[in-house]
Amino acid sequence: MSRRALTAVSALTAILALTLTPAIADAHLVTTGLGPVYDGLVHFALTPEDLIPALALALLAGLRGASHGRRALFVLPAAWLLGGVLGLTLPHSLSAPPTAISFIFIGALVAADAHISLSATTALAATLGATHGYLNGAALTQPPLGATAILGIATAVFTLVALTASTVVPLRAAWSRIIVRVAGSWIAAIGLLLFGWSFRPPS
Amino acid sequence: MIGRRLALASGAVTLLMLVAPGGLAHAHVQTGEASGFLTGVGHPVSGLDHVVAMIAVGLWGAQLGAPALWLLPVTFPMMMALGGLVGLLGVALPGLEVGIAASAVVLGLVVMFALRPPLAVAVALVAVFAIFHGHAHGTELPPGQSALLYSMGFVVATGCLHGVGIAIGVIHRWRWGQTLLRTVGAVVALAGIVFMWRAIA
Repeated sequence: MSRRALTAVSALTAILALTLTPAIADAHLVTTGLGPVYDGLVHFALTPEDLIPALALALLAGLRGASHGRRALFVLPAAWLLGGVLGLTLPHSLSAPPTAISFIFIGALVAADAHISLSATTALAATLGATHGYLNGAALTQPPLGATAILGIATAVFTLVALTASTVVPLRAAWSRIIVRVAGSWIAAIGLLLFGWSFRPPS
Repeated sequence: MIGRRLALASGAVTLLMLVAPGGLAHAHVQTGEASGFLTGVGHPVSGLDHVVAMIAVGLWGAQLGAPALWLLPVTFPMMMALGGLVGLLGVALPGLEVGIAASAVVLGLVVMFALRPPLAVAVALVAVFAIFHGHAHGTELPPGQSALLYSMGFVVATGCLHGVGIAIGVIHRWRWGQTLLRTVGAVVALAGIVFMWRAIA
């Protein structure tokens, strides 16, 4: 088998593993009474599995500067929206492992104050948004939620990144940047524990 | 080159999906989840052996100054979580209680003598002890509570205890404060000896 064919088969297998592994998604959103957009918005705010990785990415982008912050501001919600639509059309769901990996990987980058390139920030935002958006979409298939709720979630993501990155970008004092890095280490630590919990059968 | 990396990454993702058990995805907010967070917050502060060791980490960081001041409190939660992960994977850690007691003794002594080892040694010391603390406490989720919220509470409480230690350690800038800090170190070491006695007896 040629190298190109091997790469294609590996990528296809990974996609199949990602999309087909678990089977059931039970979604019961918090109902605000204000319609699916606000339901999606509140869902994001009340779901630490989504909120914290997005926060971590915003912290990372903020630490790296304004250009990274701007890139994350648009790429993350867009990818989230796209992933959500994909999740709606391919309604399967993953559970803790991808979420835990988001926590660990991005949290560790924040803790290390990693000097990543702009394209790396873009790739990270796209991957994070697509994965978590997909998870949201797969869990929100029942009417009247669907794409409108995903739009609400993407709006919340945009707002979170805008507020967080714009707070972190101007930080110059060493102690203030250290606080951000400590937050990153906490996020990574939570991810490690969460990853461990995924190997435990539910009690 | 990119193709090879993609193949490797794809293989890793596939392997991960195969070994990690896929459960149900419950997107709704469950009742009682807040208690998971509160249980997590309560766990590190429920045992004096953990409390004194974690505060001692902050005290030592304050004594050593930057970069240890922030590097030790960053290292501890991450390694503690690693210890928790090891426990959750079912790997037993022999001498768990002895290790926790030893952490109080050793950290108390380093604060008492105001020891200044190389940064790597200080970090390694804290990291090893953190694994014991994480293994002991990170895995004790009561049934029916959210693992994520428990983990959040657990990590945040640990970080706050380091913060308390650092805040107390601010007195290190004054001469009387340095003496007082070393006295606190002695108290921590003494408490550690008591914990050790209980662990062995």
